[in-house]
Amino acid sequence: MSATLFEKIWTNHVVTDRDDESLIYVDRVLLQENSFHAFDKIRREQRSVRNPAQAFAFSDHYVPTRNRELGLGGITDPEIRNMVELIASDTDAYGIELFGIGHDYQGILHVVGPEYGITQPGLVIAGADSHTSTHGALGAYAFGIGSSEVAHVLATQTLWRSKPRTLQITVTGERQPGVSSKDLILYLIRTIGSGGAVGYAVEYTGDTIEQLSIEARMTVCNMSIEAGARAGLIAPDEKTFDYMRGKPLIPTGSAWDQAMQHWQTLKTDDQATFDRDVRIDATAIVPQVTWGTNPEMVVDVTGTIPDPAKENDLERRARMERALEYMGLQPDQSIQSIPLDRVFIGSCTNSRLEDLRIAARVMDGQTCRLPTMIVPGSEQVKRAAEAEGLHQIFENAGAEWLAPGCSMCVAINGDKLGPGERAASTSNRNFEGRQGQGGRTHLVSPAMAAAAAITGQFDNISNYSEARSWNL
Amino acid sequence: MEPLVTLKATAAPLRLANVNTDQLFPARFIKKPRAVGYAQYLFHDIRRNDASELDQNFSLNQARFSDAKVIVASANFGSGSSREGAVYALYDAGFRALFAPSFGEIFASNCLKNGILTATLDQPTIDAIQSLLLSSDDASVIVDINSETLTLPSGESISLTLDPFQKHCLINGLNEIDLSLEFHDAISAFEATYRQQYPWISS
Repeated sequence: MSATLFEKIWTNHVVTDRDDESLIYVDRVLLQENSFHAFDKIRREQRSVRNPAQAFAFSDHYVPTRNRELGLGGITDPEIRNMVELIASDTDAYGIELFGIGHDYQGILHVVGPEYGITQPGLVIAGADSHTSTHGALGAYAFGIGSSEVAHVLATQTLWRSKPRTLQITVTGERQPGVSSKDLILYLIRTIGSGGAVGYAVEYTGDTIEQLSIEARMTVCNMSIEAGARAGLIAPDEKTFDYMRGKPLIPTGSAWDQAMQHWQTLKTDDQATFDRDVRIDATAIVPQVTWGTNPEMVVDVTGTIPDPAKENDLERRARMERALEYMGLQPDQSIQSIPLDRVFIGSCTNSRLEDLRIAARVMDGQTCRLPTMIVPGSEQVKRAAEAEGLHQIFENAGAEWLAPGCSMCVAINGDKLGPGERAASTSNRNFEGRQGQGGRTHLVSPAMAAAAAITGQFDNISNYSEARSWNL
Repeated sequence: MEPLVTLKATAAPLRLANVNTDQLFPARFIKKPRAVGYAQYLFHDIRRNDASELDQNFSLNQARFSDAKVIVASANFGSGSSREGAVYALYDAGFRALFAPSFGEIFASNCLKNGILTATLDQPTIDAIQSLLLSSDDASVIVDINSETLTLPSGESISLTLDPFQKHCLINGLNEIDLSLEFHDAISAFEATYRQQYPWISS
């Protein structure tokens, strides 16, 4: 019987069924400092951890991006330091590997997972973070869970799940210069809405998706959750296999050959159908900018702030008015006229080597007008970028080159916007207060953020003559 | 987990779509231990005005909804992150049942693990209930998990469609881990076969 990629992975992991739910075997569980509630639950209920080797923990949400050489001593806030210490003591107590400060592979869980080979096609990966959907870029069924379910996986190696419906999002056509995978996913969320994929496991298909690099695919899958999706997947192909080869946990020799036999079956059969289909014409997409406080509030960089008065749906109108008030913007104001205060390039959405390369090309030989933080996603990304001299380009332009972590995406390690401060950010959420209480976030691609750092405002980078040569 | 069978309580309307977990429970409070009580952080920023005073336009700040245990919310309630603190904050503030046209799915899953009911009703029904709660003096409702009904102050009874597993867990106050450990042998058998078939995954 023909099946979709998602259905193949699902079927492969069902331990048992009951009512509308199935008990699903979980290959890997990813933890971060906020998982302390899960360990508290394990201790309180006197459980044991079934397979510690299938759990991986990361210091990323609370680690400082400055004074990293001082280790824990570099963290002045005692509550923040406590979080970094807790994940170390909890993982130590249960024999779970921690990618903590000082580890060669320390970094954001969704950056390190793929680069360490934790992420592989066909796996079920549950993570203590909603952006676990990122790992679907390699053809895994990956999703975020709360602390109780983290404890459940640690104790049982399984989770109860109702089977999601399937949604195919087909993206076709050649992108315009300067249009990145970040613009694709922002445009998609704008099109289907922030609840547009609720209940669905999404598979991204089409020549535009096939053409994307693995890192660019991660950006697409990463923000699937911003459309409410249960997961976002892309079928593994030659690019995927090339990407994985040589990573620490990726099999070698005959084990690689055996794995390849399985991985090559992980694609949607020709005759398989999805519960729903959405088609996106990539040729129509220009660089995207969010204007509001939800990732569906997106316009073209060439556009203007929408006017709530023209919205007939009263509930939607009220939401737009509230967003404009929070963001300090006026209807019909042109996007390119908005004065910016700060730039943040980083997060599990856009902090990988390719993101930094593009930012460096835009900043090369230029001077930042705005305070600009560049936070690589992992120690490995940082080292690779430095080996290419990217850090010098950033520093020469006046940007700050910092140590890896989530940093100002979630603003809980001390990096944050002040009240009223307005940032161009390569992260994933523009919610009220997300990057600091009263902070105002505009989500954009790395190239757009880098250009904003130089010009102080949003520029249509598609017009840059060199944009044609960017490898996006 | 505390069983939830029937609940007679005040229901508060929250007419705001896409309420996200950052609004429910701002990230800067996640590092607080649960023992401090998370109720103080619930809707911390959106229930206050620029002067950091409680905003009386925010329904949950109004005296008549102060003892609410039920929220009738708008679409996509609980979207955003997986932080379970958002649910702990609701729980610690006394909430046990949430109704909305749709929920963020990780959030809904977290609610169930903590004995909080999430039930979806279509948009017109939610609109009507919110209007009723806003306009009537009596905002008390009855939630009955067994009969799958929500009874409004007007006496009108609305039928709910609950997932059988959710219903079972709520009524019995089950700890899901205990329940799943009953499948220990099935998990072990699955795992053994799986590891044989895909040896590179766990080696």
